[in-house]
Amino acid sequence: MPDAVQNLQMIPLNDYIFFCSALFAIGIIGVLIKRNALVIFMSVELMLNSANLLLAAFSAYRNDPAGQIFVFFIMVVAAAEVAIGLALLVMIYRSTHSIDINALNKLKW
Amino acid sequence: MNAIIALSALAILTMFFGVIQKKSVLLPLILSGLIIVFFLNVIEWGTFKHYYNEMFIADNFNIAFTAALILTTFLVFIFSALYYRTVKRPLEDIYALMLFSLIGGITMASFGNITMLFIGIETLSISFYILAGSKKFDVASNEAALKYFLTGTFATGFLLFGMALIYGVSGSFNLQAINSYIIANKESIPTLFYAGMILVFVGMAFKIAAVPFHFWAPDVYTGSPTLITAFMSTIGKVASIAAFYRLISITFLNVHDFSVDILMLFAIATIIVGNLSAMTQDNMKRMLAYSGISNSGYLLFAIIAMGPKSAGTLLYFSISYAIATITAFAVIMLVREERGTFSLQDYKGLAKQNPVEAFAMAVAMMSLAGIPPLAGFMAKYNIFSVAMNGGYVWLVIVGVIGSMISVFYYFKPIIYMYFHRADAHKKIETTKAYKIHILLVSILLIILGFLPGLVIGLL
Repeated sequence: MPDAVQNLQMIPLNDYIFFCSALFAIGIIGVLIKRNALVIFMSVELMLNSANLLLAAFSAYRNDPAGQIFVFFIMVVAAAEVAIGLALLVMIYRSTHSIDINALNKLKW
Repeated sequence: MNAIIALSALAILTMFFGVIQKKSVLLPLILSGLIIVFFLNVIEWGTFKHYYNEMFIADNFNIAFTAALILTTFLVFIFSALYYRTVKRPLEDIYALMLFSLIGGITMASFGNITMLFIGIETLSISFYILAGSKKFDVASNEAALKYFLTGTFATGFLLFGMALIYGVSGSFNLQAINSYIIANKESIPTLFYAGMILVFVGMAFKIAAVPFHFWAPDVYTGSPTLITAFMSTIGKVASIAAFYRLISITFLNVHDFSVDILMLFAIATIIVGNLSAMTQDNMKRMLAYSGISNSGYLLFAIIAMGPKSAGTLLYFSISYAIATITAFAVIMLVREERGTFSLQDYKGLAKQNPVEAFAMAVAMMSLAGIPPLAGFMAKYNIFSVAMNGGYVWLVIVGVIGSMISVFYYFKPIIYMYFHRADAHKKIETTKAYKIHILLVSILLIILGFLPGLVIGLL
């Protein structure tokens, strides 16, 4: 385990922050411009995982396990969200035969 | 803590109740369970305890808001008997999910660690996603669930990234530890920390439906089953605002100058946009959704001012908002079942045919509009005076103007009910129990208007 921490610390912390911010921005852009519900869903997961990576990096740099424990909590919650989200997508597909979010126009957006 | 353990037991028991298939037993079981949980919660009053490394802090603030949340859930469950009266199966899944989201809400009012805030928000939200889509064969309900899910998880992403940045700078998830970091490094807090704060605020603004992050609320509230809308718009809002208050009052109080600017922007935009959009609505549910948005603007006042009376006023405003909203939705679900739409036109002449229901609706609308001596007036008055004492005069002026605009749309249904003649509508048949319940709830709203000092003095 000390090896893993040392390996993580070989890369400067700023690089982690820039990389995670870039991932997060890609996720936001994906949510905003994509019309396919599944792709939006994947973009949201990208946002969550960028936060995970950032937490792991901070945790390694501070030698404090709290951040990594939080990552596990996020993973559990993300798994629950995936289960709900895919079920909702299946439900939508059954009623509209499409997962394009432009088809969701029964209510005023 | 007692409340959460007992509620979890009740929720799991409810979940397994589907095996017995006895519809008549389930609701009384839940209602009596909620009363027991309420008392289990209240007897801890005055004791200050923290559990599991300060993950969970049981103080008076937590107990008061837990009591408010349980009371709100109790009222929703009372009206669920009417809403689901044609359904044959026991509905154990929906009731269990409602109880689980209540547990999430209680966690949000009692966290001592950012991890618990996240867990609480997700427990609440994930249950809401399913509940919003619980009318499985209704396209509007499906659509509402998916929209809520996508925007909700999007907001969670913001919240998490902000939490990660705050952890990176301060080195802890504990609220007190972050606060002591801020005090120790007041002059040299890096920009990264402020970026984290903004992201967390954006995430929380999504959850309380503050403008400009409100766009999901009208659609989700319109599409969801009416009972669930009543539940979401009260529990979700009260729990989120309690969490927001707790976060700021414990952690970010020493950088409050920075938070105030952002929150002021949210509050002013929320009041203006919420009230103006509500004016043009013909759909009652959608109108109440915008009313809920504008009410989160008023709730933000207490957080901005952060005076000695803020917590008590927040509690009083939350209770009066929750009771009035549930009363209104209880009448809406009845009218919708009989007349098929949510349109304002359906309320023509309701006062002649169903005087009790029309009275309850009128009381709820007048309370939301802030007409004395109802609870809504005292709530608005107190929240404005808290903001005034904090020196936010411009905020109060915007609030009063918004409140004046709101009278226009809140009185529309009253005018339709009392001063329009009914077109060929029949009298709506209801049960006697429903009439008594709705009358009691509206009387509660009137009584509450005379006791603001009692509730505000609690905290």
